[in-house]
Amino acid sequence: MDELFKQLAESLSQVSGFIYPNEAELHWALLVVIYPYLTGLVAGAFILASLEKVFKVKEVEPTYRLAMLTALAFLIVAPMPLLAHLGHPERSFEIFLTPHFESAMAMFGFVYAWYLMVVLLLEIWFEYRADVVKWSESQKGWRRLAYRLISLGSNDISPKAVAFDQKAVHTITLIGIPSAFLLHGYVGFIFGSVKANPWWSSVLMPIVFLFSAIVSGIALVLLLYYFTTLVRRKTPEMSCLNKLASFLLYTLIVDLSLETLDFIHRLYESEESIKILSELIFSKLFLSLTIVQILLGTIGPILLLAIARFSRLPDELKRVGYFIAALLIQVGIFSTRWNVVIGGQLFSKSLRGLTVYKMQLVGAEGLLVGIGFLILPFLILFLLVKLLPPWQESRSS
Amino acid sequence: MRTFRIPDQVARLAVLFAVAVVALVVVRHIFVPKSFGKLGHYRAAAVDEIASQSVRYAGMQTCVECHTEEAEKKSSSFHRGLACEVCHGPASEHASDPEAKKPFVPRERGACLYCHNYLPSRPTGFPQILEKLHNPMKPCPTCHNPHDPTPPHVPGTCSACHASIARIKAISHHDSLECETCHEASPQHRQDPRSALPKKPTNREFCGKCHAQNAPSAKEIRRIDLATHGGRYLCWQCHYPHYPEGR
Amino acid sequence: MATTCERREFLLKLLQLPCSAVLLSMCGPLPLFADEKKEGYDAGEHYYGMGIQVDKCIGCGRCAEACKAENDVLRQPYYFRTWVERYVVYGDGEVTVDSPEGGIHGFSAAESDREVLRSFFVPKLCNHCDNPPCVQVCPVGATFKSVDGVILVDKDYCIGCRYCIQACPYGARYLDPRTKTADKCTFCYHRITKGLLPACVEVCPTQARVFGELKAMSSPLRRLMRMSQLQVLKPYLNTEPKVLYSELDREVR
Repeated sequence: MDELFKQLAESLSQVSGFIYPNEAELHWALLVVIYPYLTGLVAGAFILASLEKVFKVKEVEPTYRLAMLTALAFLIVAPMPLLAHLGHPERSFEIFLTPHFESAMAMFGFVYAWYLMVVLLLEIWFEYRADVVKWSESQKGWRRLAYRLISLGSNDISPKAVAFDQKAVHTITLIGIPSAFLLHGYVGFIFGSVKANPWWSSVLMPIVFLFSAIVSGIALVLLLYYFTTLVRRKTPEMSCLNKLASFLLYTLIVDLSLETLDFIHRLYESEESIKILSELIFSKLFLSLTIVQILLGTIGPILLLAIARFSRLPDELKRVGYFIAALLIQVGIFSTRWNVVIGGQLFSKSLRGLTVYKMQLVGAEGLLVGIGFLILPFLILFLLVKLLPPWQESRSS
Repeated sequence: MRTFRIPDQVARLAVLFAVAVVALVVVRHIFVPKSFGKLGHYRAAAVDEIASQSVRYAGMQTCVECHTEEAEKKSSSFHRGLACEVCHGPASEHASDPEAKKPFVPRERGACLYCHNYLPSRPTGFPQILEKLHNPMKPCPTCHNPHDPTPPHVPGTCSACHASIARIKAISHHDSLECETCHEASPQHRQDPRSALPKKPTNREFCGKCHAQNAPSAKEIRRIDLATHGGRYLCWQCHYPHYPEGR
Repeated sequence: MATTCERREFLLKLLQLPCSAVLLSMCGPLPLFADEKKEGYDAGEHYYGMGIQVDKCIGCGRCAEACKAENDVLRQPYYFRTWVERYVVYGDGEVTVDSPEGGIHGFSAAESDREVLRSFFVPKLCNHCDNPPCVQVCPVGATFKSVDGVILVDKDYCIGCRYCIQACPYGARYLDPRTKTADKCTFCYHRITKGLLPACVEVCPTQARVFGELKAMSSPLRRLMRMSQLQVLKPYLNTEPKVLYSELDREVR
């Protein structure tokens, strides 16, 4: 605790203006930034996957299974930073025992469980079932056992059964799209419904979250697709990359428009909080909002994507353009989450002062733990890919 | 006729889901606290737990039971509204075992200054001193009995209570005026302030005694035409009499 | 060892018994509400609120001190169930606010040559909102409005997610690092259910704080509600605070 007190004394010495005495401690730190970032990737990857199934966008088919596995890997990790940030993680199960239905956060358990169990796992199970059954026959040792377990002993791979699987996948995707919207829209709602905080309180928040989620998810799958094909010494399908880049560009433009609308709306309404929020934007958030989020993370990639997509560059150059744009987008979306979560706590609710956030390097909510939570999904994805190869050539049919 | 058969996949998944749901129901039944939901969406037992926290401040009524003499003295003094533990600190331990634990008795200057050191933000009329000028080094109880803090001699100046007014007046053109020039105050006001409030001027002519064109006052005092200056307003509705030159 | 404990309990029991002439003569005037007491405490018969007369506050900070002592609040200046703010409105319209260590050691005079238009102290605490955003957001039901209208935290049930701290517009909550759970003013629930006043009200030397029943006809709070124009903090958020301020300045947020 002495460490904490020392930290708080230091933050207090850097406060400008007046903050309520209890506001010295910033309560939602790095881990709570990572949580919406991860769920955003889940929702985005899933929505991309559903494009192929529901809207029959054939070009993106090579990414379908990869996107599903990505969504699953990130969904498994998504609640971990939240859990780690709780004062009493061992009590977290209370959220299922006595959920408070008026609370946006209480719905987390249900939205999460619904999304994980009913949507993602089911869809992946139906999608892979026929392959899993065949792999369970062709493989040996522990893998064989694993496939047997995964298939739940449902070994019927007659054309009729497989046709049923495909129908099930289609239906689940149909349910899945609104569910994905719900999953991330709800994360936006957690912030957007806090009327005490003028930086968060906005009806647009869930929608902005949603579109930034789609952007980040598509960008991530693009990166993964590009990376995995290179690792496997294949050439990425250009039609697929082009399609992904188009989607990325359009959603990015929608995302930017929404955020601009939010910004102009605040400026025009010019409510009580406008003075302190302007101060916030031009001092504490200048680097992470103006430079990183808007210039580097949004406008930069829009230009890059537009040029790469609609010019007559050679495919190699286009790919590099897409790749850089997708990387920039990840940085941009992460700083979007940062600016929402941390930004919303850098000003006093008395609207009279600004405080500071000093990220710790080590410790339960430190940078290293945060990086760990960002790497972990990729490790899980690696295992998932090993177990359930998403590549077209590994399909047994 | 063939009856409709549930596909094998669905049946197997259904079993898995059923197990999960049953597990949840069982776990809920075991782990939800017994008193949860009795009064609302919370653990009713928590209310009693919070109510059972121990009391540190015994409350004035408890003190008064034994310390009748001090209570009596205090009850008719300026400090009649104060609870004992404002100055003596939490005394519940003392109340349950008077010998074992003695409450704090402030004998230094510091304690009284929480309330009585001069701060411009304090409401006017509240008795305040300038710590550095008011009998420095002397502990307050030497002259003031805290249970009846009536000053040993009636305050010589109004600034004892009206310090922030005195301060601004001191740098104004009205510095040389006594408070009594404008505020007629009965001697009783100094002993029991609220029972006899000082008077205030009521008309323009009062200020005119110095500031009218034909007033018999010193030449350098600013003059105005009472008939036309300021329209229907009274002087102090625009000018702050304790700092009249401010605009 | 039993005697010290028993005597205290006996005294408290005494206060809870119905008052009779004999008891009255034995223990003198009873604390507030004591005459309403039956055996035990019936929360259904009470609904509490607090009035704060801003023009009476002298900024001594005894309330903040007493609160920490009574409720074993951490002494470090980042944890307050109640605190005092000082407002200075200057002639040029600038407003400065400060609350050094919550006012717990009082305030020192800020010397300045600038013209001060007005200056005053404002005590703050949990507003025990009738429409409490903190209770609304608690995912598990660990913070709640009791039957007698007090917002409480169940520290054995709180998961420490801090959503309530974010949702409170008044900065009245903090996370107690000892229990890792949310903590806040309880109106001294352990005192008021025994007929005592909250510690901050007990020690307020100028009666700037008025505690009592919001709905009973005869209560010091009802008198304040009759005699003064009252305001609440941030009324536009519709939190319906039960801490009512008289003579509240527009600069107070």
